[in-house]
Amino acid sequence: MAPLLVRGGSHRRFITIVRMRNLFGVVVLAGVYSFLMASVLIVYDAVDVAMTEAAVGAGVSTVLFLAALHLTKSMEYPAARPAAIPLIVSGIVGAALIWATYDLPPYGTAVAPIHQHIVPYYIENAVKDTLVPNLVSAILADYRGFDTLGETVVVFTAGIGVMLLLKGRRSTRKSEGRAP
Amino acid sequence: MEGLKNFFDHYNYVATIVLMVAGLYIVIARGNMIKKLVGLSLFQTSVYLLYIAPGKIIGGTPPILDPAIKVYSNPLPHVLILTAIVVGIATIALGLALVARIQEAYGTIEEDEIFGQDEPE
Repeated sequence: MAPLLVRGGSHRRFITIVRMRNLFGVVVLAGVYSFLMASVLIVYDAVDVAMTEAAVGAGVSTVLFLAALHLTKSMEYPAARPAAIPLIVSGIVGAALIWATYDLPPYGTAVAPIHQHIVPYYIENAVKDTLVPNLVSAILADYRGFDTLGETVVVFTAGIGVMLLLKGRRSTRKSEGRAP
Repeated sequence: MEGLKNFFDHYNYVATIVLMVAGLYIVIARGNMIKKLVGLSLFQTSVYLLYIAPGKIIGGTPPILDPAIKVYSNPLPHVLILTAIVVGIATIALGLALVARIQEAYGTIEEDEIFGQDEPE
């Protein structure tokens, strides 16, 4: 029952996120949604991911969104554009994806192909190879260390991008008044 | 009966895809750029669920080795999604920096007004 309740909570949250026009409220609700998502991830046994989602998704990203709201406006204009085409496109995409998921193995079975490939080796040898009992840490930092290196390269590049974008801010503010 | 069982074997994916489509709808339908980025992060979190859900084994435990435990959920999706979360926040940060610059250059973050300003007189 608990997963269903958590699910219901996060679904009500996202419906409000879609409809609301006050962006401050949207950002705060997105933070609440991230916490609920972390609870769902705990139900899925992904404790490390849940911790990261609570810290990064609900913490850091909410702070970043609030900072961006500080630099811009916090009210969204009522939609002037027709909503029919996006609704149809989303509906078709959603229906196609749901249809495709029925080819996936049933939820929670141990005989699914995903559990047969390389993971038995990790479970067998992780402590012997890396001395780390937490399999997620062992794979992240050892077996798939180059993935993590690539990840840090992406984060580094994004950091450089943010710094370059925001560097000239103060000086350009004076020359604001670009002809509309 | 078979169809009903099939549905309950997969309804978690249905919920995940409803979330995904909601994010997609925000990205397409809304003109406000901050709202678009919130939609994008909604989409990202649903991708996390889509990856993590197949790794769960009913009766399994979180993948931390212990002599008393025999069945572990699959740790590999968790590792991939940890990477995805961090990369996701990096892209969101870059997008928000772009939004801040757009606000400065155009005085607005509504897409329709920006297109209006860019059209030749």
